[in-house]
Amino acid sequence: MGGHVLAIGAKAMMTRDGLQALIEALLSRGYRLIGPRLGEGAIVYDDIGGIADLPAGWTDRQEAGSYRLERRADAAFFGYAVGPQSWKRFLHPPVERLWQARREGDELAILPIEIETPKFAFLGVRGCELRAIQIQDRVFTGGSQVDVAYGARRRGNFIVAVNCGTAGGTCFCVSMASGPKAKGGFDLALTELIEGGAHEFLVEIGSATGADLFAGIPQRTASGDDIAAAEAVVARTAREMGRTLDNTGIKELLQGNPNHPRWDTVASRCLTCANCTMVCPTCFCTTVEDGSDLAGATAARVRKWDSCFTLDFSFVHGGPVRSEPRARYRQWMTHKLANWIDQFGKSGCVGCGRCITWCPVGIDITEEVAAIRANARTAGTPEKGGA
Amino acid sequence: MTAAFPANAFVPTAYRVIRQRREMRDVATLELSAAAGELPTFAPGQFNMLYAFGVGEVAISVSGDPGNRGRFVHTLRAVGAVSTALARLEAGQMLGLRGPFGTGWPMTAAVGSDLVIIAGGLGLAPLRPALYHLLSHRADYGGITVLYGTRHPRDILYRREIERWRRRLDLDIEITVDHADRAWHGHVGVVPALIPRAAIDPENTFALVCGPEAMMRFTVAGLRDAGLAPERIYLSMERNMKCALGLCGRCQFGPTFICKDGPVMRFDRILQIFATREI
Repeated sequence: MGGHVLAIGAKAMMTRDGLQALIEALLSRGYRLIGPRLGEGAIVYDDIGGIADLPAGWTDRQEAGSYRLERRADAAFFGYAVGPQSWKRFLHPPVERLWQARREGDELAILPIEIETPKFAFLGVRGCELRAIQIQDRVFTGGSQVDVAYGARRRGNFIVAVNCGTAGGTCFCVSMASGPKAKGGFDLALTELIEGGAHEFLVEIGSATGADLFAGIPQRTASGDDIAAAEAVVARTAREMGRTLDNTGIKELLQGNPNHPRWDTVASRCLTCANCTMVCPTCFCTTVEDGSDLAGATAARVRKWDSCFTLDFSFVHGGPVRSEPRARYRQWMTHKLANWIDQFGKSGCVGCGRCITWCPVGIDITEEVAAIRANARTAGTPEKGGA
Repeated sequence: MTAAFPANAFVPTAYRVIRQRREMRDVATLELSAAAGELPTFAPGQFNMLYAFGVGEVAISVSGDPGNRGRFVHTLRAVGAVSTALARLEAGQMLGLRGPFGTGWPMTAAVGSDLVIIAGGLGLAPLRPALYHLLSHRADYGGITVLYGTRHPRDILYRREIERWRRRLDLDIEITVDHADRAWHGHVGVVPALIPRAAIDPENTFALVCGPEAMMRFTVAGLRDAGLAPERIYLSMERNMKCALGLCGRCQFGPTFICKDGPVMRFDRILQIFATREI
């Protein structure tokens, strides 16, 4: 214990007991530690007290419209892809009180609320999820107006990333260049090595805070073979990726084809249920609800996740702007893959595959892009039926 | 742990209604002053988020004189729960306000040029600050034409002010109504039909347009027929909006956010999306 502090980028090996020590070290430093555990028939993110809480020996089988938990042959802690939840539920909560107001006679007082900011540590953040957090950082804190509560929750997070050892059936992070290996933005990154009877982790130091914490964890030097084994795990995951998405010229492709017949085809299947937007780790849209107590003396404003698939989302006096499911699916996909680049400099998609898995009718964003590309109007050609 | 962070832009400031004027059966104009502190300045075309206690918040354009510091003037129609609650406020009562937000009309770019101001219905309200500015800086601009269309003569907004302006020799105002009554001697028909009569010099004119989207669609077509280039046409767009900060995602119009890239948008920048249905 109390070993020497490794440099950023350095690697070392840690056992299962080391992982338990890491969790205890985070808890003893006052972090609220969130990690994966079994719940609601899925792998969800919740408070973690030790390695016994982790979903050891479980994996997830994912396909379009299908998610099943299955037993693994081994006791891997991180032997699954991603579940329905993402870290956004902690950084950008589904329901959040924004402020409260008080009225006495004609007088009105509007009072900000103290922003609750637990010191979060996240265990098991995948490469695609790290990218998603960075994308939401850009949305909420990278512009001229910032979401101060998001910034407060995000500040000082301790992130333990996990490089993926299992490709999900709907993943396409290789296409989005976000995984399967975590690329920066973490304090520590783990690669789980569970072959040949051993069960260890290769740990990469990502920050000074990570180095400091890891100095107190039992460890051994990583050999060339250890590092090669970890690289092989990630390379195998990349090869086994379930899907691909061709991003070539995707902004022009989608922005230039708003009246493509494929929007009608996908709309005939889309239930506009909003599942894809709820599970998406980058979808950030919200609505607000105002209410007052029965006496009409106090009122509050609550912000809630919302979805571009609802009619209310685009409602202006007279009716919704996007009344047709076709227009709503087009809005979601064009925003995610094309308009996001104009707005925030990068695609809003990280390739996690959640929207494919959790779509009740199995609509596959990669398939929809391919279909539009296969029969696209090229730039500059007037589109039939436009306006 | 409580974080010390910059001012929370989600939290409204309390304002008091100084005066309430009923413009029509369902349209009211509110004059507001800050309950404490100074009123922020605004540019013609910008909007505020107005909050009715316990009911909610809506985006309403500023319709007062930008030269008159001391108060915000807003004209609004009671259509939903929030706007109905706001329209019922009386002098002395309070509301919440955030703003001003968004882009304004091209008052600087248009210096030295002619202007044609085209409004449909309540669309006159966001254009009135531009008119106030033009009239108080009259020598800086060329010819000014206002084309205004409403459903019925009784729906003419700011009627007494318009009658006063019509007596001016440095301002042309044409008004058209969809349905005339017996007392009406003016134009009958839609507002784009007035464009060919306006003798626009397309090389030297800026058009400022605000009204229902369908009206703006035909107006833009009329202006294009009159030879106006897309970069000389400005529209004030409307979408559902909750935060006005670019953070709630609702007011997206193609790649733009109406709350911060608009509401006033130069037509050449939205040409393609404006032509797309249900975008």
